[in-house]
Amino acid sequence: MGLAIAAVFLPLIGAAIAGLFGRVLGQRVAPLVTVAAMGTSAALGIITFIDVTFGGNPGKAFLFDWISSGTFQAAWAFRIDELTGVMMFVVTVVSFLVHVYSLGYMAHDEHKPRFFAYLSLFTFFMLALITADNLLQLYFGWEGVGLASYLLIGFWYKRPSANAAAIKAFVVNRVGDFGFGLGILAIYLSFGSIEYDVIFAKAPELAGQTFHFLSGEFDILEVSCILLFIGAMGKSAQFLLHTWLPDAMEGPTPVSALIHAATMVTAGVFMVARCSPLFEYAPTALSVVTFFGATTAIFAATIALTQNDIKRVIAYSTCSQLGYMFFACGVSAYQAGIFHLTTHAFFKALLFLGAGSVIHAMSNEQDMRRMGGIWKLIPLTYILMWIGNLALAGVPFFSGFFSKDIILESAFAAHTGLGEYAFWLGIIAAALTAFYSWRLLIMTFHGKPRADHHTMEHVHESPWVMTVPLIVLAIGAIVTGYLLLPMVGEHGGVFGASILVLEHHNALEAAHHSPFWVKALPTIMAVLGIGAAYFLYMARPDLPAKLAKALRPLYLFSFNKWYFDELYDFLFVRPAKYLGVGLWKRGDGGLIDGVGPDGIAGAAWTIAQRAVRLQTGYLYHYAFAMLVGVAAIVTWYLFASSP
Amino acid sequence: MTAFITPNYLLALPEIMLAGLACVFLLVGVFTGNRSTVPLTFASVGAMAIALGLVLAMDGARETSFGGMFVTDTFTTFMKCLVLIGAGATLVMGLGYVKREQMSRFEFPILILFATLGMLLMISANDLMALYVGIELQSLSLYIVAAFRRDAVRSTEAGLKYFVLGALSSGLLLYGSSMVYGFTGGTGFDAIAAGIKAYGPGNLPLGVLIGLVFIAAALAFKVSAVPFHMWTPDVYEGAPTPVTAFFSAAPKIAALALLLRVLLGPFGELASSWNQIILFISIASMAFAAFAAIGQRNIKRLLAYSSIGHVGYALVGLATATPEGVRGVLIYMALYMVMTVGTFGAVLAMRQKGQMVEEIADLAGLSKTNPAIAAVLGIFMFSMAGIPPFAGFFGKLYVFMAAVNSGLYGLAIAGVLSSAVGAYYYLRIVKLMYFDEPTEAFDRPVGREVMAVLVLSGIITALFFAYPAPILSGAQAAAAALFP
Repeated sequence: MGLAIAAVFLPLIGAAIAGLFGRVLGQRVAPLVTVAAMGTSAALGIITFIDVTFGGNPGKAFLFDWISSGTFQAAWAFRIDELTGVMMFVVTVVSFLVHVYSLGYMAHDEHKPRFFAYLSLFTFFMLALITADNLLQLYFGWEGVGLASYLLIGFWYKRPSANAAAIKAFVVNRVGDFGFGLGILAIYLSFGSIEYDVIFAKAPELAGQTFHFLSGEFDILEVSCILLFIGAMGKSAQFLLHTWLPDAMEGPTPVSALIHAATMVTAGVFMVARCSPLFEYAPTALSVVTFFGATTAIFAATIALTQNDIKRVIAYSTCSQLGYMFFACGVSAYQAGIFHLTTHAFFKALLFLGAGSVIHAMSNEQDMRRMGGIWKLIPLTYILMWIGNLALAGVPFFSGFFSKDIILESAFAAHTGLGEYAFWLGIIAAALTAFYSWRLLIMTFHGKPRADHHTMEHVHESPWVMTVPLIVLAIGAIVTGYLLLPMVGEHGGVFGASILVLEHHNALEAAHHSPFWVKALPTIMAVLGIGAAYFLYMARPDLPAKLAKALRPLYLFSFNKWYFDELYDFLFVRPAKYLGVGLWKRGDGGLIDGVGPDGIAGAAWTIAQRAVRLQTGYLYHYAFAMLVGVAAIVTWYLFASSP
Repeated sequence: MTAFITPNYLLALPEIMLAGLACVFLLVGVFTGNRSTVPLTFASVGAMAIALGLVLAMDGARETSFGGMFVTDTFTTFMKCLVLIGAGATLVMGLGYVKREQMSRFEFPILILFATLGMLLMISANDLMALYVGIELQSLSLYIVAAFRRDAVRSTEAGLKYFVLGALSSGLLLYGSSMVYGFTGGTGFDAIAAGIKAYGPGNLPLGVLIGLVFIAAALAFKVSAVPFHMWTPDVYEGAPTPVTAFFSAAPKIAALALLLRVLLGPFGELASSWNQIILFISIASMAFAAFAAIGQRNIKRLLAYSSIGHVGYALVGLATATPEGVRGVLIYMALYMVMTVGTFGAVLAMRQKGQMVEEIADLAGLSKTNPAIAAVLGIFMFSMAGIPPFAGFFGKLYVFMAAVNSGLYGLAIAGVLSSAVGAYYYLRIVKLMYFDEPTEAFDRPVGREVMAVLVLSGIITALFFAYPAPILSGAQAAAAALFP
């Protein structure tokens, strides 16, 4: 238990040292401090994972009371159970590898101490989030992750686009967080507590009960869970609140890897799994989760088909894979969702860092249209990217195969309308995933070089400090699927009591007995997708352009990301800006300043000018003023004192 | 047949002493010529110091003499002290200027001495006749010193304007006095009070009120309250700077003392009538001065408007017609005297290449060229703007508090608002001194006398809050004397 807590706080200590004493320690030492802290944390994370999750040895630790106000109690306490163990493993290991990789990737940056401090801080908040024992502590980590992502996405603060992306990420997350906050409040209102043990124990009795709000009656659990899920949608970039994730590419590539693989986006999935004892009693909320998950899976996959920025393709693939995880949770196969989260963390980190390695090699070029023909020049990266894509596409015996299959089978085995919806969308998305993965591979590495002569000369393999973490991740991408298969084993896998699944919801159990065609279909789709990509980009490179022309509306729809940015710009951003500018220019500038300070000052000045003009310098004017004064006062008395 | 009673000359000892010494000094001057200007100046200051000592020594309960025409009490003591200190300080301060600017004629200190004597008589006046004589003695001396630089057009213009308007105000005063005499049958303050009382409430003839208005208007002219203020900016700007300093310190206090005495003494019964005049004059002075000062470029003109404004604030206390309000007035005037003397000390230091400069813009960057004067002047400006913890804040606090306690909320609000407007031009000077680029440094040395007055008044202004007891208790006792 102590080890797990040490694993949580080590990154914070590293961040504090690098952040506060970065100047003193220097460009070389400060990053190493955080890497050392993170390495220790990762080692402890692995021990915790083995001990708690596989050893079945959950525990809780109480640190101190945080807030105690009336009936409201919140403590700093840690809940290290099987679910937390998995997450700690993922977060600490991936984060450590990203730290190491960054040593090479950020070698030429002037602000390394700041960067590493942010990275470690990010990890700390994520660890605080997953080890929380109550909703407020979870919220602390939740918001902290948002903050750290803002700092990291806007790390290159001199770029306007980075600042815009950072603000976008923060604001969109705030929208979700608002829902999440309301969810916590609703839970406190109904349960009288925010401690997991209390609310989870009380959930069955409150199932189906309602609370009064405004003039309506609402189901307590349904409303609370949907509100919580809105928070998850923001953090995990689900359909409607996904717009920040692709823009988050503005941050340095290791940050993208961290956000997409280990920290931040997985928080939503984790939260839903953690709150499974609530969601299980809220069937409508589960349907909502399934719907949004499945929709996101296909929606993001269609966009990824046409994007040209290498990181953007991978970003949308993350979005899509998160959709898988959510609809797994939605059909009560939380274990499958977490399993996919784990495997995905490895191959997605691998893909991002591999993409970073490509970008590094191509002198910071990110557009795949200006790549190609470099596979012989950087063979190691090429092989690693292959492994990552094989895992992502769900090709048999790579990690993604196991986790994606079990999700799709669970969706099928749920035997509900939405389960079917999720299953078929998931199947199509699997084909699309394979297609865009190989599109990425082929465009990046094969064909004729499309980069300029100068860039091509400089193409080189990355230093070992970058490639070694990639190799470790590649091994993970190959073996985690098989090694961690017990996670989705019989009777709730290794998760014990940390995830609750009601008897009649047991899709995961049923998944093991699904028909063969269901098990085979994802693989067939993956092979089809890969084949299509080969045909279009390798054999007939002239076809994609023709296809895009023939299906121009569809192509533009996908290329412009379903016009979500434009739609939000029109619906929210511009009205908000008009309102803001209006209040600023007219409300504050015009009304408050104009009538207030400026108006009074202006009036004072005008009066002053007139008062000065009264002083003519002529004696008779002065005498006249005196006599008028006397006459006026006397007149006033004549009228005022007469009865 | 009233028996001839030997007046109690002792009661008027400071005045008699000053009158005698002034005549002696005049003779000395006539025989020795202009080279005795400096010794005579110091001698005059010495005479004032002796007078101050006598006034303080004779402090005590109310006594009258010369057939009730002359009165002394704690109120006269307090006001005479202020006048003597103000007159002495400005006389000392102006010495350097007098020597430099070809004003070194022996009549100057003697005229100041006669004016001071007039003021003391005004303060002690207990009869309309004595009042008029005191005012005229003071005014005639002031007309001359205002025009003392005969060769300067502005100075003579100032003197002439002052004289003509002063004559007009004297006319108003005499006309008002005759009305009051006609309707009450007396010129002595006690007789007037008795006459008014005899009419009983509700039967007061309008003539008394009209007389009161004329007298009040004449006195308002002397304190330069709106709308009888229009001479002030021109005379302040045109008169030589030491004279302006003297004008703003001593005569104003004497005239205000007279205003208090006349309104609260003989016309005390009519407080509910005259406080409306005072209310109007007070608000008009505060507001008009605050706005008009904003448009000024000449520092002396600015200070003229500032003094108009300060009189307005002081009159807030009088408008309440309560001991508390009068105490506020007295505190205000005492602190005003200190601040204004100090400020003029700084103005007297404004010399560039041997020439006096008077533009506000010349103060730019003073904090860099002469930090000491900038600091002291900054204190005066903050104080005049009424910013704590400086003395000016307490002056305003006491009068506004009295107004609020008497239910004159409108007056207090008007006062606070106009002091907010007024803060602009005071703080603009601070801004000029501290935030603008220096133009040209002022000449050094500034002069020992000026420096001494500056430092002393600066200390009083800055540290009044630490030891306010002497002024507070003095004002308390003086105010009590007016409310028997």
